[in-house]
Amino acid sequence: MKLRVRATKIGKVRFTSHRDAARMWERALRRAGLPVAFTEGFTPRPKISFGLALPTGAESIAEYVDIELQREIAAADVDLDTLPARLSDALPTGFDVLVAAEREPGVDSLQEAVTSCTWELWSPLLTAADHLDACRLLEPAELVLERERKGKRSADDVRPMILDLRPDPSGDRLVADLVTIGRALRPGELAELAYPHIDARDVRALRTHQWLDHDGMRHEVLALPADVDARTQWVLA
Amino acid sequence: MSTLWARIEPLLARVQKPARYIGCEDGAITPRHDKLDGGDVVAWLLAYPDTYEIGLPNQGLQILYEILNERDDALAERTYAPWADLDHEMRAAGVPLFSVDTHRAAGEFDVLAFNLSSELVFTNVLNMIDLAGAPVRSAERDADDLFVLVGGHAAFNPEPLADFIDAAVLGEGEEVVSEITEVLRAWKAAGRSDRESVLRELSKIPGVYVPAMYEVTYEGEHIAAVQPRYPDVPATVDKRTVADLGEWPYPKHPLVPLTEVVHDRLSVEVFRGCTRGCRFCQAGMITRPVRERPAEQVRTMIREGLRSTGYDEVSLTSLSTADFSDIEPVVRGILDDAKEIPGACDTMTINLPSLRVDAFTVGLAGEVNNGRRSGLTFAPEGGSWRLRKVINKLITEEDLYGAVESAFSQGWTRMKLYFLTGLPTETDEDTLGIAELAKNCVAIGKRYTNRASVTVSLGGFVPKPHTPFQWFGQNTDEELRRKINMVREATRRMNGVNVKWHDPAATTAEGITSRGDRRIGRVIERVWREGGLFQEWGEHFDLDRWAAAMEAEGLSLDWYVFRHRDEHEILPWAHLTAGLHHDFLWGDWLDALAESGVEDCRWTPCYDCGVCTGYGIEHVVASPIAPAGGSQGTGQDLSHGGDVPVTLLPTRREPAGAST
Ligand code: SF4
Repeated sequence: MKLRVRATKIGKVRFTSHRDAARMWERALRRAGLPVAFTEGFTPRPKISFGLALPTGAESIAEYVDIELQREIAAADVDLDTLPARLSDALPTGFDVLVAAEREPGVDSLQEAVTSCTWELWSPLLTAADHLDACRLLEPAELVLERERKGKRSADDVRPMILDLRPDPSGDRLVADLVTIGRALRPGELAELAYPHIDARDVRALRTHQWLDHDGMRHEVLALPADVDARTQWVLA
Repeated sequence: MSTLWARIEPLLARVQKPARYIGCEDGAITPRHDKLDGGDVVAWLLAYPDTYEIGLPNQGLQILYEILNERDDALAERTYAPWADLDHEMRAAGVPLFSVDTHRAAGEFDVLAFNLSSELVFTNVLNMIDLAGAPVRSAERDADDLFVLVGGHAAFNPEPLADFIDAAVLGEGEEVVSEITEVLRAWKAAGRSDRESVLRELSKIPGVYVPAMYEVTYEGEHIAAVQPRYPDVPATVDKRTVADLGEWPYPKHPLVPLTEVVHDRLSVEVFRGCTRGCRFCQAGMITRPVRERPAEQVRTMIREGLRSTGYDEVSLTSLSTADFSDIEPVVRGILDDAKEIPGACDTMTINLPSLRVDAFTVGLAGEVNNGRRSGLTFAPEGGSWRLRKVINKLITEEDLYGAVESAFSQGWTRMKLYFLTGLPTETDEDTLGIAELAKNCVAIGKRYTNRASVTVSLGGFVPKPHTPFQWFGQNTDEELRRKINMVREATRRMNGVNVKWHDPAATTAEGITSRGDRRIGRVIERVWREGGLFQEWGEHFDLDRWAAAMEAEGLSLDWYVFRHRDEHEILPWAHLTAGLHHDFLWGDWLDALAESGVEDCRWTPCYDCGVCTGYGIEHVVASPIAPAGGSQGTGQDLSHGGDVPVTLLPTRREPAGAST
């Protein structure tokens, strides 16, 4: 059977990389004693895959991991209700599994399926007025960003990558919906554009949602059950 | 105590590999800082003066971390050298050295204790003391400042650091950290009077050397005497040794880092000490005698460790793991146990570092690698049988070829051969022998695979304190370079032979600190002030800085590094001992020059080096006979196994220690 889980990465562990997180998951699955399937060959690897990489330093309450269990394991053998707690116990502090579900055969991989993400940006150096100002990035038809990727400099129009910008209800954070297809706009790059007067490295980012498109409507990859509030899982440093 | 995290966090967004500084490892202990409020708890900050990636796996540090935190009157956290980028950010923001466990300032601890595994980290030690906010010179620290301690292999000659440290611990730390804690606790409880009195108390603990309690006098360039300042301070400081490793099943909760480190796997120490007697090897000389961990305990530690860490790879560590008496049953037991861990049996890998050079060992390696054939490393160290007798690494060519043949035949395609250059009595013929051995190994490999290749790794030899080679004048960097080039030239047209080498300039710098005396402290300080950090990292190392500092202090490279010493010279560490008699070491040096080997005293009668007799301890080995296969480093045919080698080529003269 195949599983899909939604997890957090918050607190000090935000400074680990996507690769680091992958290794942590491998160890955690062994510690939890989950019978994960392996690839064939001389160096078998557990069959787990991760969605869009989270930039080092960013936090998330919407990270996804697909896990393939050994063939002889049937859906009835796995208790999806207790699985989140079992995995959270095996993961380092800051990684909490919020919900687990069976992944139906034929469902697209995470990388292929996700079309946009929602982020929250904030900084102790920013005020509510700064966030309101940032929303004006939506006004121009074109927004050119000079950036370097893999050693190559380029100037790209990133305006189409921004679906929406709005302050959160408290006014202390900027909420951004960003396209993930193609040369996506990273939250750090958005911060550079949105807050040119401060160092973008002082802007914190939290991924709150990853979205799929179905019939012109967006759907959360795995919605949180009503009784789970990811924000109560904030880790105090 | 309170955490600095809020001030550290913005800095981490500005540096490379920020995960180095966050802690959060599985197995990390969040010490009960409320213990501190009582006032008489001693807080240790255990420091590794190199990057997190190198320091985190260090077992010594992990062991002391647990032992101290188990005590009611102590707590311990960890810190590692911040890389240059963070160092810069910290200094700009006024953030001091901090612990990675709870991100508290170093200044809030009582003790800053460094694990020194090499000499090139000495400048990092100074930098970390400075970052901690304490004066780097111990004489300038007062009652409220940190106590700076060092331990580990490179602390066996702490003289170059004498002006900066408060104490050095010689030998194994398991017991002595508790004794130090008790002295410091009593001193704190009594109101932290003057520092001198507590240093004097510390100097009475066996194994603890307090440089300030000793006066060094000179006669010209030479040391005239090293004398204790007070009658109750011991004239000689002896190393500490744990008698029974079985009583110390640490670490019980191995640290699992969240980011990649050099040895990212479970490590279980199977024995300490090594009596093969390789004369260049400081680790072997200073950790005698051999003490094996009971096989059952090894198996339990591995089973529990794999379960709690989630690792699927374990390393059985020691100086020569194939020498562990129960190696075969232990390996079989580990593989059996792994079958019960879901998923583990598919990927489970057992690592056997420091392989002996013989076919038996290779067979063992073949069984445990789960089909992986990434590369095997052998260390013949010397290029000719003559030279290997000098260094007492008694591996015959047949041993090496047998091991190599066995490896190629089992599917390995790449082999690495370690050699030292600049060894005593080394001739060009010996050096060229390295190329010859490599060529023959590749030829053997070609019989099995076209891809057969051998990488020769050349290290420059640095004579180390407390070894029979401590009197030898190190080769200059030019001489080492000439020898390296000779090997490169000789192998240029050899298909399948690659040569790698260690920078000879770094070997020279290591030579300065390795056998340095107190005067070298000023050189280290100068190099540090000029920005010479992370000196074991090629991109940061510059010999010119060291040469300039030597010259500025009026000290000569030639005198400190390249000069032979004679029997009666008072060496800077003469008042410190790893238990090896001076007469034994000198006799072994003469034997080396006479190309005469000595056998392994774990299986043969004692030749009285001084360690067991002096400390009332003995070897703890499960098997009284040598394992089967190869010559076992004796140069004799032991392929049938079981027999104890009787005499070695040229018969040894009377043991030096016996006549005194
Ligand atoms: S005292 Fe004897 S048995 Fe012990 S390590 Fe020395 S030579 Fe070997």
